[in-house]
Amino acid sequence: MTLLRSLLAVTLLLTFFISLSQAFQSDELLLDDEEFGLEGGRPQSRPSPNTATTTTTTTSTRKRIPDSASDSKIQFTLEHAFGDSDFSDAGNFSARLKTWSHGAQTLTKLRFSRDSFTDVEKNKFQELLKGDDFYKIRLPSNVLSPPGREYIVSSVKARCLPGDGLEEHFVIHTEGVNILGVNYGSPGACPYPRQLKLPAKWSFKSHTLLKNSEQAPRTPIFAEEVLGGEGVEGEIVMPIERSFWAKYWMYMIPLGLIVMNAVTQAMNMPEEQAGGQAGAPPQPGSAVQRGANSGVRRRS
Amino acid sequence: MAIRVFLTLLLFLSLSNIVSSIYEDQVGLMDWHQQYIGKVKHAVFHTQKTGRKRVLVSTEENVVASLDLRHGEIFWRHVLGTNDVVDGLDIALGKYVITLSSGGSILRAWNLPDGQMVWESSLQGSKESKSILNVPKNLKADKDDLILVFGKGCLHAISGIDGEVLWRKDFAGESIEVTDIIQSTEVIYVAGFVGSSNFNVYLLNAETGEFLKNNHLVLPFRTSGELLSIPGDKFVVLDSARSKIVTINIKNGDINYNQKQISDLIEDSSGQAVILPSRLPGLFALKINSWVLLIKVTNEGELVVVHKIDNTAAFSNALSISEDQHVFACVQYEDNKVHLSVKDVNDWNSDLLKENLVIDHQRGNIEKIFINNYVRTDRSHGFRALMVMEDHSLLLVQQGEIVWSREDGLASVVDVTTSELPVEKEGVSVAKVEQNLFEWLKGHVLKLKGTLMIASPEDKVAIQKLRLRSSEKSKMTRDHNGFRKLLIVLTRAGKVFALHTGDGHVVWSIMSHTLRKSEECEHPVGLNIYQWQVPHHHALDENPSILVIGRCGPSLTAPTVLSFLDAYTGKELNSLSLAHTVARVIPLPYTDSTEQRLHLIIDINKHAYLYPKTPEAIEILKREFSNIYWYSVEADNGVIRGHALKSNCIHEVVDEYCFVFRDLWSIVFPSESEKIIATVSRKSNEVVHTQAKVMTDHDVMYKYISKNILFVANAAPKASGEIGTATPEEAWLVIYIIDTVTGRILHRMIHHGCQGPVHAVFSENWVVYHYFNLRAHRNEMSVIEVYDQSRADNKDIWKFVLGKHNLTSPISSYYRPEVSAKSQSYFFTHSVKAIEVTSTAKGITSKHLLIGTIGDQVLAIDKRFLDPRRTLNPSQAEKEEGIIPLSDSLPIISQSYITHSLKIEGLRGIVTVPAKLESTSLVFAYGVDLFFTQIAPSKTYDSLTEDFSYALLLLTIVALVAALFVTWVLSERKDLQEKWR
Repeated sequence: MTLLRSLLAVTLLLTFFISLSQAFQSDELLLDDEEFGLEGGRPQSRPSPNTATTTTTTTSTRKRIPDSASDSKIQFTLEHAFGDSDFSDAGNFSARLKTWSHGAQTLTKLRFSRDSFTDVEKNKFQELLKGDDFYKIRLPSNVLSPPGREYIVSSVKARCLPGDGLEEHFVIHTEGVNILGVNYGSPGACPYPRQLKLPAKWSFKSHTLLKNSEQAPRTPIFAEEVLGGEGVEGEIVMPIERSFWAKYWMYMIPLGLIVMNAVTQAMNMPEEQAGGQAGAPPQPGSAVQRGANSGVRRRS
Repeated sequence: MAIRVFLTLLLFLSLSNIVSSIYEDQVGLMDWHQQYIGKVKHAVFHTQKTGRKRVLVSTEENVVASLDLRHGEIFWRHVLGTNDVVDGLDIALGKYVITLSSGGSILRAWNLPDGQMVWESSLQGSKESKSILNVPKNLKADKDDLILVFGKGCLHAISGIDGEVLWRKDFAGESIEVTDIIQSTEVIYVAGFVGSSNFNVYLLNAETGEFLKNNHLVLPFRTSGELLSIPGDKFVVLDSARSKIVTINIKNGDINYNQKQISDLIEDSSGQAVILPSRLPGLFALKINSWVLLIKVTNEGELVVVHKIDNTAAFSNALSISEDQHVFACVQYEDNKVHLSVKDVNDWNSDLLKENLVIDHQRGNIEKIFINNYVRTDRSHGFRALMVMEDHSLLLVQQGEIVWSREDGLASVVDVTTSELPVEKEGVSVAKVEQNLFEWLKGHVLKLKGTLMIASPEDKVAIQKLRLRSSEKSKMTRDHNGFRKLLIVLTRAGKVFALHTGDGHVVWSIMSHTLRKSEECEHPVGLNIYQWQVPHHHALDENPSILVIGRCGPSLTAPTVLSFLDAYTGKELNSLSLAHTVARVIPLPYTDSTEQRLHLIIDINKHAYLYPKTPEAIEILKREFSNIYWYSVEADNGVIRGHALKSNCIHEVVDEYCFVFRDLWSIVFPSESEKIIATVSRKSNEVVHTQAKVMTDHDVMYKYISKNILFVANAAPKASGEIGTATPEEAWLVIYIIDTVTGRILHRMIHHGCQGPVHAVFSENWVVYHYFNLRAHRNEMSVIEVYDQSRADNKDIWKFVLGKHNLTSPISSYYRPEVSAKSQSYFFTHSVKAIEVTSTAKGITSKHLLIGTIGDQVLAIDKRFLDPRRTLNPSQAEKEEGIIPLSDSLPIISQSYITHSLKIEGLRGIVTVPAKLESTSLVFAYGVDLFFTQIAPSKTYDSLTEDFSYALLLLTIVALVAALFVTWVLSERKDLQEKWR
């Protein structure tokens, strides 16, 4: 079941990795949307055309197909603050809440609609840019009963956001219906020192991503007879016996030198016999020929 | 140089030996081990009719020990677990040491001479209560002595011979707070209060435990509850206003009481009166202001002040030296001296003993005193006293002298830092050298003998001694390799010790006067110790200094004290009593022009204070104002928050050094499924040598190296208790790696069916953690290595040539993290008490994990065993790289215990410090014992080993030269012959 869930989550994550901007309108036909009830949505949040559907439908669906998961749609708001100002609404996330047959609930298919800045907010944001201050966002920690225990806060230096327009990137870490944390920031680099740069457009380009916990890799379990493990241990248990070289190098080197010396001596000797006095300073004023030299030798 | 290179080469050739162990004769050469017992709670002397005079003690570190009364050495010692607190200690039958522990539920008997456990009884009970151990004193040989134990709301009578529970009486239903048990031959009196004014006495049959009678007395006022029994059927207690003394007499089972105003006994009774818990026959001691009144309780219940003592430090219990003579000791302060007097209970005018003592001021006040008598050579009574000092040290005083002392404060080390030693001064006196010339020569002759294997066994012993005693090791100067350092440790008592790494001797110790027990500071405790000022290489004449932080009590709101100490001499340079509290201390990575490190102290009211309080420090902080981030973990709440500085505090007066901060981010863990059990971050002073790792296929992986990274382990709330309380289905462990500047979760992973306790160590780009796998019923260790993908495309050589790489640009935490994590788990045999990793000066040497096992030993494991890239059948290239074939469990090699045969009892922590020599790391492990050693994870590739035979090298060279000479002569001769031919 968990495998299925993670598979499903991964596919959903992949599909929703594509960013959804404010201007972007999905042309996907979402037929099954009618089945979803709106749970936990805040009353003042924008009304969805699908709110009319009641949750009873969902329950009946669940009854009909007991093994499959049932979905409902929920919304939660993004709030933002400029520096240390109070938080105000900044956009809406909507997602599907999948209720699995074993009772667990997961969020999938996250969508985001960002409210554009008002003029006041634009001014505030420009001030943040000038002061290299923080732009803060927050999300409820529980999407069913916002704000849950506490808000999830994240902040970024305002100068990181302006790119072409205003670019932001959310990675929302969820655990069931709880949001643990949000990685918020620019989608790419934010080189330090941060330069003051006003955005060309005041529209947001938002990238959102939902992340669930991954499974830790299982500990490999080997049968006793696997030689790999034992081989390692056998190798290790061996008492440390330093190698021959490590032990006796100080004897070997001089020995080698002596041997080499002896060899060269031995090799030199016949040569010396051949050209013995070659190294001796030549007689001044006389260009001694090789033949003459040997002649001298023979004479001596 | 050539030799070094050659040696390195050789070592690479012989790298297949990964074990670093030592030979038998190397034990104690570079390691030392010290045994302690902790602050003594109870002491019982055993001196009569024994060859070895000893004192039996139990301590706050839950140690039961037998000490040699002559020298203070440990005969035997048992460290009970951390939860097994010793409540009582006594000797039974003259041969067993009886200890009551674990809140009155475990009674053990230890054999007196050797400390073997004779029997153990586990006592059942239903509710928490005071635990009382009562071992009868006047033994009649023919009777099986009953040991009476009150614990967990039950009274047990236990046979002293085999620990069998003879009878038990449950008082849980009586709602009585039992405070005393009096045993007479036939009847046992159990006394206590119900509520605060209803005094109850139960009479029990000593043989069977039957209830005989229950008397009670309702006092017309409330009492303070501190009931003291006076041997002989009487009790004294103060009323709740502490203005009246109530004496209760329970003679023959009838209870009657008398009361007396304290103001009738002493004129100035304005202070708070306290009854001292010393048991004296017919007497009790009442402390009021600085006076101690000794008050006699007459048979009619009248109170008579018999003696008044000023400036009293401590009282001992009464000691009976003969049938009707009872004595006790009291200690008084006068100027710098301590007066110890032993008085007879019935005779106030004369002192049996009056001695003046000079006790080192650094030991603080005397907290407890135990006395013992002996017969002098002139047949008169002599007394010795065992004193427990404020710094937890233990002194034995006899004939006005300190016979021995034990620095048992070192059993409760709370924090450790290190300091370099001073640089050696030029010009060593010639006389010293000449004096030692003969010794030196002798030593070298011995060593030469040893290497030539012609040394006799006596010589060998001498060589070993010489090596151990080599003065080099414990010199008070810096050495070339950086092995000699000062370990500066802070104990729970607030005392700071500097230990020499060479042999572990105490160089200096100090107890700051601000961290002494006083009116303002009731229970001073040491918290942390930091390096305050580390002079740079060019300012060698300056002494480094350290910062000690202590608090007056266990709660966070207690006032805090800072103390600045000179690291070389231990002198206190300065001390501050802070107006604010201390919740956290953050050493900042900035220093001012005098090399003082900037510290930020966070209080509980969300203010941050900058230290040192200098304008220069403010300037530096202003410059880096926006780059200071920190985090806080609210473990109970399940929230982690990030903070940054905001602005100056707004008080009535502007405080330049006080700042308010704001929360930047928060991570909220769902309380129904996760509970924070461990957080670990990287060491701030760790050095990373290579940022990239070259894979077998010549691919490069960049390590994600960030100082601002935090490892968090969360367990399921149901499984956060002990192992065995949760099923595998309801246990899981969630692992997080979090960037602490932005609050981004970089990696998140769940281990199903696993639970804590989690011990972890974070180093470079990896974290290793230890936990329990419930499904496999085994301990496991996992590794996560984090690699940076954003720099992964910096592999192209052309990019480097053209300078198009992004390796030199500063890295900001606000980059979107592109990390990949590799992970692997392995089974591990041991439970773990602490994990640490070796650290070296440049970070080049490979790392070893140091694991403090449940057996109080330290095991070194090569990090290569915890490599996520281990595969079942590594290719040839992988093998060359050093990848070990995959196995399911980590091997435990008996030679890689760096503690070899020793145990660090009650192991609590391991500290590693880099030496100057790159290959070597210094390891200090502390618990009840202390242990220090050096470890070279990749062997000492950069220096010749200790056992390197210089003599043989010299001999070879001489032989070589001789051979050269001989051959040269020979060749000359031959040449001449040739020429003559």
